[in-house]
Amino acid sequence: MSTTALPHVRLDSIGKRYSGTKALDNVSVEVAAGTVHALVGANGAGKSTLGKIIGGVIRPDEGQVFVGGRPVRYASPRDARTDGIATISQELSPMPHMTVIENVYFGIEPRRAGIVQFRQMRRRYAELVAEWGFELDGGARVESLRTADIQKAEILRAVASDAQVIVMDEPTSSLTSIETEKLHRMIDVLRERGKTIVYVSHFLDEVLGLADTVTVLRSGRLVRTAPVAEETEESLVAGMFGAAAAAENFTKPAPATAPVVLDVSGLNRRGVLRDISLQLRAGEIVGVAGLIGSGRTELARAVTGADPVDSGTIAVDGTVRHIRSPADAMAAGMAYLPESRKDDGLFLELSVAANITFADLRSVAGRLGVLSLGRERSRTRELLDLTSVRPANPSAKVGHLSGGNQQKVLFARWLLRNPRVLVLDEPTRGVDVAARAAIHRLVNRLAAEGTAVLLISSEIEEVLGLAHRVLVMRRGSITREFSADPPLDAVMEAAFGLGGRTIA
Amino acid sequence: MTAPTDPAASGSLAPVPEPGHPAAGDAGAAGLRLRVTPQHVRDYGIIVFAAALFIYFTVAASTFLTWDNLLNIVYQNATIGIAACAVTFTIIAGNFDLSLGSIFALSEVLGAWAAVHWGVAWCFPVTIGSGAVMGLINGLLVTKLRVNAFLATLASGLSFGGIAVGVTHGGLLITPSSSAFTFIGQHKAGGIWDSAIIFIVLAVVLQLVLAYTVFGRHLYGVGDNRNAARLSGLKVDRIVIQTFVITGAACGLAGLIDSSMTGSGTSSQEGLAGQLALLAIAGVALGGTSIFGGVGAVWRTVLGVLMLGMITNGFDLIAVADYWQNIVRGILIIIAVAIGFVVDRR
Repeated sequence: MSTTALPHVRLDSIGKRYSGTKALDNVSVEVAAGTVHALVGANGAGKSTLGKIIGGVIRPDEGQVFVGGRPVRYASPRDARTDGIATISQELSPMPHMTVIENVYFGIEPRRAGIVQFRQMRRRYAELVAEWGFELDGGARVESLRTADIQKAEILRAVASDAQVIVMDEPTSSLTSIETEKLHRMIDVLRERGKTIVYVSHFLDEVLGLADTVTVLRSGRLVRTAPVAEETEESLVAGMFGAAAAAENFTKPAPATAPVVLDVSGLNRRGVLRDISLQLRAGEIVGVAGLIGSGRTELARAVTGADPVDSGTIAVDGTVRHIRSPADAMAAGMAYLPESRKDDGLFLELSVAANITFADLRSVAGRLGVLSLGRERSRTRELLDLTSVRPANPSAKVGHLSGGNQQKVLFARWLLRNPRVLVLDEPTRGVDVAARAAIHRLVNRLAAEGTAVLLISSEIEEVLGLAHRVLVMRRGSITREFSADPPLDAVMEAAFGLGGRTIA
Repeated sequence: MTAPTDPAASGSLAPVPEPGHPAAGDAGAAGLRLRVTPQHVRDYGIIVFAAALFIYFTVAASTFLTWDNLLNIVYQNATIGIAACAVTFTIIAGNFDLSLGSIFALSEVLGAWAAVHWGVAWCFPVTIGSGAVMGLINGLLVTKLRVNAFLATLASGLSFGGIAVGVTHGGLLITPSSSAFTFIGQHKAGGIWDSAIIFIVLAVVLQLVLAYTVFGRHLYGVGDNRNAARLSGLKVDRIVIQTFVITGAACGLAGLIDSSMTGSGTSSQEGLAGQLALLAIAGVALGGTSIFGGVGAVWRTVLGVLMLGMITNGFDLIAVADYWQNIVRGILIIIAVAIGFVVDRR
């Protein structure tokens, strides 16, 4: 194994935009050879984007990447791999139907005259496993493996191709604590033998226990790069959210002592949700904060019948409802605005009017289910006014609208039904500032009119700004509850599991 | 093909942060002028196509543009058209049905069997009913067992076809020569064959259902975005099953017409039964209905089927060999589908 030319990755003034939104802005980082370098930040801070740029998964719009002092511009992860940089993430999954050995040597199979030498491949695999001490059955099909073992296979693949830099993107997000521990021991072995690890994670305790150096990002900008020894969990949280991360100034109506509209108790879904109980009063906005993978979206989907639950009861207006499908939840007076409007919300090929009336077509239909297109158009116009979609054209194709207007159309669909309970999952994701403000006004107004709102958002400022109460989720449970205007860092510390930590 | 969206012009619109999803539209609703966009070509090119072909045959063959000949095209394509209009529902809802021909053959055979053994009156409910039951089987395979629709209907079609051969022992079942039985296939009303009238009436009804009812709207929704349809409270499986049942019943109706024309029930795959699925789906695709669901219309299918029929008819009139007809049909279908793909990809 040649370790003569140690790559030393340097990122110089990197910028990356997604359709006008700056994911990364003028970020410069140096990754020293033979170290574990962690990238941390809140959701959307740009840490994964940065990791992907190093791994050649995406290309920067601005700036230059240097590897071993040489400027590089990778077109694909494959390009980066030939330069000794391997990426391990759940998005870049291996070939599930092939065996571990075939995956490890995929593209670098020992061959003679174009014929793959399976015997030689198996012998090399045995040597590889012996050399690194990472035990894994080479004949197992990848699809039959657990996440931890797939990662092990990917690490073996990286070392088999003599990668010097391994980028790991949120490697422990679906591992148990024992598996996490094992992964960290493997990373220690890799570091001892001179490999460089770029470790993207939002688990600060892991970062502090594992990394040599940590880079903190906030909203696409570099906060600092520092030796881990100089950091604490508190200092990292402060860096990630900023001392001046004061909540946006939303007008917040006083929470009413209104009747309970939604009463969820003891909701369980094996491996996803644990003993969730919560109450929503009429006119109340309850925010749910938590990291990606903490179970926020799963909670929304379970309550609204999109996913099945193993146990627990859901009552609306004091009546226990048996909710087994979205239709049941809708009949009970609930509405669910899903996290991904493109995957779960909109009909991109259909018109604005058809999208808005889709969940309540009976209200614009006469006998025998014959639609009254005139009534549909006038109802649509009313809702377009209410949600301020521009242009207010009922026959425009939804696929042609901007993200903000698409999101408003989705709101309009649910407002048509006058729901008692509105569950919002990332209501302002990917919308511009004006649309975001309009959506916030709308949510406030609905609450003022008596709708109970469950608000899930990755943007902590949004949750704190709108909600009357905040629930914090971590690993499938509600771990903390804050009433009225909690301090931001207290919520963040709860989300990261600091103070009052629960068993994971 | 079209100019990239001007960032300054769309600056006030919201950014869409998902990478790899270029903002979908170029022609916004505002600023739509009389400019032919690729969308127009995809959506209405079929009409221009059909008109051009029509004009060509009118010029090339003196007997093409006669009332009798045009009615003849409709009559000859009635059974294909009935199956194609119905399967348009299945396809818009995001599925596929390759068993059309086998349902057609088996329901025809069962109908003829019923006519022979139970009396002519039984023929009508048995053909349509058995077609519906076969559609129900397809629907259950696709929804409850989650078998891919392509494979499910390929396999069920094999079985249905096999049963048809078993019932007839490979031959014909001759039905009693009752005027009631041959009425549908061999009778004209106002100079138009009954079967052609049934085709056109069915097409109109299906088009109206699709465009103006809750059920029709649901079909588009299920085909466009199944998850969103479910989260909007739809029972998606039930809707999918309904489309298969409608298609099955329509194939039964087509089988009834066919056996009424010939006064017999046949299980032979050499005739229409062997080609029905492919011709019907070719008509759907040629009309511009998306094979991926969510986009399409019954009137498009009617146009597509009649265009295919027109090619046969017109080329026969000007004595072009069969193989040329197939070549032209194939090219037309490829163009029709490729246009949709080229436009949708951007």
